Amino acid sequence: MITVSCPECAAEITLEESVEVNEIIVCPDCGVDLEVTALDPAEVELAPMEEEDWGE
Amino acid sequence: MTTSVSIIGGSGYGGGELLRLLLAHPNVDVQQVTSRSHLGEYVYQVHPNLRKQTQLKFVDPAQIEPVDALFLAQPHGQAQHNIEQYAALAGKIVDLSADFRLRDPALYEKWYGEKHAAPDWLGRFVYGLPELHRAELATADYVSGVGCNATASNLALLPLVKADLIEPSAPVIVEIKVGSSESGAEGNVGSHHAERASVIRTFSAFGHRHTAEVIQEMGLGRVSLTMTAVDLVRGVLATVHAQAKPGAANKDLWKAYRAAASENPFVRVVKESRGVYRVPEPKVLAGSNYADLGFEFDESSGHVVSICAIDNLMKGAAGSAVQCMNLMLGLDETAGLEFMGLHPI
Repeated sequence: MITVSCPECAAEITLEESVEVNEIIVCPDCGVDLEVTALDPAEVELAPMEEEDWGE
Repeated sequence: MTTSVSIIGGSGYGGGELLRLLLAHPNVDVQQVTSRSHLGEYVYQVHPNLRKQTQLKFVDPAQIEPVDALFLAQPHGQAQHNIEQYAALAGKIVDLSADFRLRDPALYEKWYGEKHAAPDWLGRFVYGLPELHRAELATADYVSGVGCNATASNLALLPLVKADLIEPSAPVIVEIKVGSSESGAEGNVGSHHAERASVIRTFSAFGHRHTAEVIQEMGLGRVSLTMTAVDLVRGVLATVHAQAKPGAANKDLWKAYRAAASENPFVRVVKESRGVYRVPEPKVLAGSNYADLGFEFDESSGHVVSICAIDNLMKGAAGSAVQCMNLMLGLDETAGLEFMGLHPI
C-alpha cells in the first residue's frame, strides 16, 4: 500500500497500485488536485486548479 | 426490548421534531405526549408531517404515567418548578429547555435575570452535547438540552479549544445567522410574515442568553455572540473569529478538525477545494443531525475563522436530545438519527 501526505491539509492518502507519475489525483479531505511526481518513494505536489468565486 | 418514552410539551417545534425522531426510532415506543393548548387533538393536526405515522393524541400533563425516559420540551422556566414530580415518573430525563443547562446558580441568575427555582438540581444534570460530554452521558440520569446558537458556537470552537490552538485571553467573537424556527411556534409582531420575510436583522448584538453556555462549556471568558435573523426556516451558521497562539500552522488546524470529525459520528469537516459546497452551510443539513465544520486561517496574523452549520431543531435541539438518550440507555449513539439530509433543497 502506497501512502502520501497531502501538502495542503496533511491528510494521509492511499494511492492505487496502478498510479503513474504525472497522474492527477484528488485529496479526499480538502479536494485539491495533486500531481504524482515520483513513485519510489511516492511524492505528490499541488497541481494548479482553476480559481472560482461563484460570481461573488 | 423497547424503551418507553413520553414528551411533556409536545406541540412546539422542538416537541414536534422529537416526535418525528422518536416515532421512527428502532428502540423506542412513544407512550404519551402532552399539550394543554391542544388537549385531545391528534398530534398530526399540529405536526402535519406525522400524519399516518401515529394516532397519538395530546393529553394533559397530569395524565402522564411512569415511563423509562421522559423528554421535557416546554418553554423556558417551567421544568425547574416541576422537576421533582417528573423525576418520580421516570428514571431518565432529558430537558430541552434552558432550565438546567448551567451548572452555577449565579451564572443562571446573571443571564436569565431571576433566581433558579431548583438550584440543587443544577449539579445533577449533565450538559446535553455528546461531543463534549459523551462519557458522562453514558451514566447520567438527568440531561439538559442545548441552546442551538450555543451548540453551533461550541462546535465551531471545539477543535480549536481542545487542541489548545487559540489564545484563551483574547476576545472570541461569534457572528451567528439564524432561521425563524429558532424563535419557536408562538408568533409575535416580529415574526409576522410581512415583517420576517427577506430579513437580515441583527436582533441581539450582545448579551444573548446562549452566550452563558459557551462560556461554561469552552472555558473562555471573553466570548461575545451577535445574533442575526436571516430568511431561513431551519438553520444556524456560526462564524467564530479568534486569535491563534503563536506558532500555530494551517496543518495544526487541519489535524484538530480532522480529530473532531473522527471522534464524533455527527461532526464533519467541510473545507473543500472543489464543488459548490466548499464551506459549511445549513441549507443541506435540514432534518439531519450533522454539524459541519470548516475554517480559514491567516498564518501571518494568527486570525482564525471557524465555521459551524447545523439544523437548529436537530443538532441544536431534538437531534442532540435523542443522541443523549441513546448514550444514556446504552444504545447505538446514532440510532434514529441516520437521516442524511436533502440535496437539492
